[in-house]
Amino acid sequence: MEFNKIEDILEKYFQGETTIAEEKELKDYFSSPNVAQHLEQYKPMFGYFSQVKEQKSTHPIPLKTKKRNVAWLSIAASVVVLLGVGTYFYVSEKNAAPVVAQSELGTYDDPEEALAATQKALALLSSNVNVGIESVQYIKEYEQSKNKIFKQ
Amino acid sequence: MNQNVFIELINPFKDKVFRLAKRLLTSTEEAEDATQEVMVKLWNKKENLDSYGSVEALAMTMTKNYCLDQLKSKRAGNLKIVHSNYTDREPQLDKKLEDSDSLEWVEKIISQLPEQLQILIQLRDVEQYEFDEIAKIVNMNETAIRVALSRARKKIRESMLNTHRYGIQ
Repeated sequence: MEFNKIEDILEKYFQGETTIAEEKELKDYFSSPNVAQHLEQYKPMFGYFSQVKEQKSTHPIPLKTKKRNVAWLSIAASVVVLLGVGTYFYVSEKNAAPVVAQSELGTYDDPEEALAATQKALALLSSNVNVGIESVQYIKEYEQSKNKIFKQ
Repeated sequence: MNQNVFIELINPFKDKVFRLAKRLLTSTEEAEDATQEVMVKLWNKKENLDSYGSVEALAMTMTKNYCLDQLKSKRAGNLKIVHSNYTDREPQLDKKLEDSDSLEWVEKIISQLPEQLQILIQLRDVEQYEFDEIAKIVNMNETAIRVALSRARKKIRESMLNTHRYGIQ
């Protein structure tokens, strides 16, 4: 009785015509301890299907990382931009102040005072130029010695 | 859609995705990578998931395509997955040695089937999908699926019988 029914379902199964319920019946039958001798050969097949279904993925799925990265990236980028713009303005403001001050420093209202300042500046310049000339004196010494040896 | 809602959504079929990937890719590690890949793709699509009829069918289709692509690129690179190289990380079920032995045989026999048949066996005999659901996942009509499934089952039976007799004779 039971065999016949199972055999019928089995036949349908191999024709691909069983329903889920019938297939479940087969699985239940073959996982039970009293399987008919001549059907024993199908046991591993259905046993396998049931066993495989127990496998589970153990890895957590990292959804956060990818999305998070983008968020952090944009935050980091905006911080960099803000810092850049901030420093630019900070620095340019700092530079702007001395420029105004210097242009004021360079003017004199009193012509005599201006003359004195100019003379002072020129004196400084000429004394510095003389430093250079002093070292040129050495070259003259060499010139004299050379002339002594190689008389023309 | 926030993350918790999404996790709730994928939980019912996450393991099915994993098992299908494992069926095709053989190694647990690769199957886990594939599962992650598919889930991340789904997550990136989360805004318009509603436009798909069934997210589960979509996920299974994506898994199938992803794994077939993987296999194709592996073969192109002349790299074949060697089955015995990978061992299951999960603890062995406390089956008798003989039992697990013959179950491994089934696994081996199935893995020798063409991929399309492996997919059908996995979807129908392991995951117990209805034919109309399978039709959506593999994009075949139901009659074709029944015919292919019948062929796959008979092939398994044939190989099983050979193995079975081998022990006796």
